[in-house]
Amino acid sequence: MSNSIIVTKNLRKTFITKAKGKKQSVEAVKGINLEIGKGEIFGFLGPNGAGKSTTQKMLATLLLPSAGEARVNGYDLSTQQQDIRRCIGYVSQSGGTDSLSTGLENLVLQAQLYGLDGVTAAKRAEEFIDRFQMTSFAERRALSYSGGQRRRLDLALGMIHHPDVLLLDEPTVGLDPQSRAYLWREIRHLRDEGITVLLTTHYLDEADKLCDTVAIIDNGEIVAAGTPSQLKDDIGADSLVFGFASEQTAQQAQALLVDRAPAENTQVEDHLLRLRLSRGEQALPALLRLLDTQHLPVLSISLAKPSLDDVFLKHTGRSLREDQAHG
Amino acid sequence: MDKMKTLRETGLMFRRSMQHTLRNPIWVFLNLFQPLLYLFLFMPLLKSLGGVPGLPAGKTVQVFIPGLLVMLALFGSAFVGFGLVDEIRTGVIERFLVTPAHRSAILLGRLLKDVVVLLVQCLLITVCALPFGLGVNLGGFLISLLLYALIAIAMASMSYAFALLFKSEDTLASTLNTIALPVSLLSGIMLPLALAPLWLRDLARVNPFSYGVNASRALFAGNIHNGDVIKGFIIVILLAGITFWSAIRSLRKMAA
Ligand SMILES: Nc1ncnc2c1ncn2[C@@H]1O[C@H](COP(=O)(O)OP(=O)(O)OP(=O)(O)O)[C@@H](O)[C@H]1O
Ligand SMILES: [Mg+2]
Repeated sequence: MSNSIIVTKNLRKTFITKAKGKKQSVEAVKGINLEIGKGEIFGFLGPNGAGKSTTQKMLATLLLPSAGEARVNGYDLSTQQQDIRRCIGYVSQSGGTDSLSTGLENLVLQAQLYGLDGVTAAKRAEEFIDRFQMTSFAERRALSYSGGQRRRLDLALGMIHHPDVLLLDEPTVGLDPQSRAYLWREIRHLRDEGITVLLTTHYLDEADKLCDTVAIIDNGEIVAAGTPSQLKDDIGADSLVFGFASEQTAQQAQALLVDRAPAENTQVEDHLLRLRLSRGEQALPALLRLLDTQHLPVLSISLAKPSLDDVFLKHTGRSLREDQAHG
Repeated sequence: MDKMKTLRETGLMFRRSMQHTLRNPIWVFLNLFQPLLYLFLFMPLLKSLGGVPGLPAGKTVQVFIPGLLVMLALFGSAFVGFGLVDEIRTGVIERFLVTPAHRSAILLGRLLKDVVVLLVQCLLITVCALPFGLGVNLGGFLISLLLYALIAIAMASMSYAFALLFKSEDTLASTLNTIALPVSLLSGIMLPLALAPLWLRDLARVNPFSYGVNASRALFAGNIHNGDVIKGFIIVILLAGITFWSAIRSLRKMAA
């Protein structure tokens, strides 16, 4: 694609660490290929340790790739880092506010480091303080900020120089619903201005509703990519979950339904039996009757249209929701 | 063009560091506390020693203060790496590294602040020592301030290099303590090395800072065109260059 603004080919990162005197290598990113178009909101969805932050850090010129190549805004990642730095904005997962300075000072310095003169930088800072509703605390030292206030400052710091490409590592973690909704609007607004946003998230709804393209990443590899609706259409089936009194009952029910139901896939998690089948609402009454005749009482039922979690489940055999529940 | 950019960025970084210091001036004075204690509680002890080799009678203050100022330059700057470790941990340094700002500006701004703080401290100590009969040769004193600035740059750069290497307060603390104590003992800061047995004097010869102390004493006495001064400056400049270069290298490596 000619108007791709981020292109990576077989991008890899292997960390070499020493544990108990022995060298260990961690393959954090195992050959990622990306083509992200200008003005696209591209989301990395994946569990902890999948390699989302590592990929972003490489694109932000903070980590040297172990192999592969990448271009950002036409510039080569291995030779034109300084040009890349000028046109990207990056907000790391843990942020980077200077807590001994005020929010205002943080913003002004950041703008000046991108070459703005003092007067313009101060104006720009005021504008962002306004946009991110930081007026009430911008003149206090960042030391005293709440988690969400600090996150807002992080985000403003990443955007203050109007970058062409914005890399946001879990931007909405710690934000209250209003701030989150505001940030989503802001990101869509940026997209409309032609700015490309590459964000990472564990939130299914964020990937689904905010992103134009989603790449599902697990264990350093992209296992599926496409628009959220493409990905869900690929699943093609609804997800039906029966709750039983025990895991044993759930397994009995699974054994029963594997032969008899039109399910494409069944899975037991604790006392839950998860089935994937098309037109679930029509199949449900017959399944219930069948379970009833075998004295396997169903305690709860949920039927859901495919979600990105199902996409994740299909490609990795694990549920992202479960990962989240366990931290 | 590129130099102007780096200069401007250094200024910006310096302003930020200076703001932090001025907002918490207590540290500037806490650093002064120890040298002042030496001045008031230790120097009087030396008086009765006057007349031994290297400590002419009635002139102990003249020998002691130049050494004390070098100690201030050494110890006041040795622990600046802790602030850097904190900013590495909180992601501030990483945020700066993503901007197009020149790598050296990030360190130079901090070093400049370290030097300014040190010079203020040196002036305060010198003024406090005047009532004790300290004679100051103005030209020599101004040149000696340059010497202290260079010693501070060398020590602070080393501290930053270790901070970037270890990224941990604990390792940094033990490393710096291990280095700072022998360096100060073996430099004749407290007492002139003329008092030391021969083997100790030989050992001191490999300590670059002992040349700084000699130069400092010569300058206070007004012996500007003295071999000790030239030797002291050459060695301290070399040291500052090497440590600054390794700190920059570590900073560049951080983004790898
Ligand atoms: N500096 C490092 N040294 C060694 N291993 C590392 C380093 N940085 C990351 N890793 C490992 O690389 C893998 C990917 O980490 P990464 O931070 O990219 O995950 P992530 O997808 O961002 O996860 P999370 O959702 O928890 O933020 C993990 O196994 C992590 O432990
Ligand atoms: Mg991460």
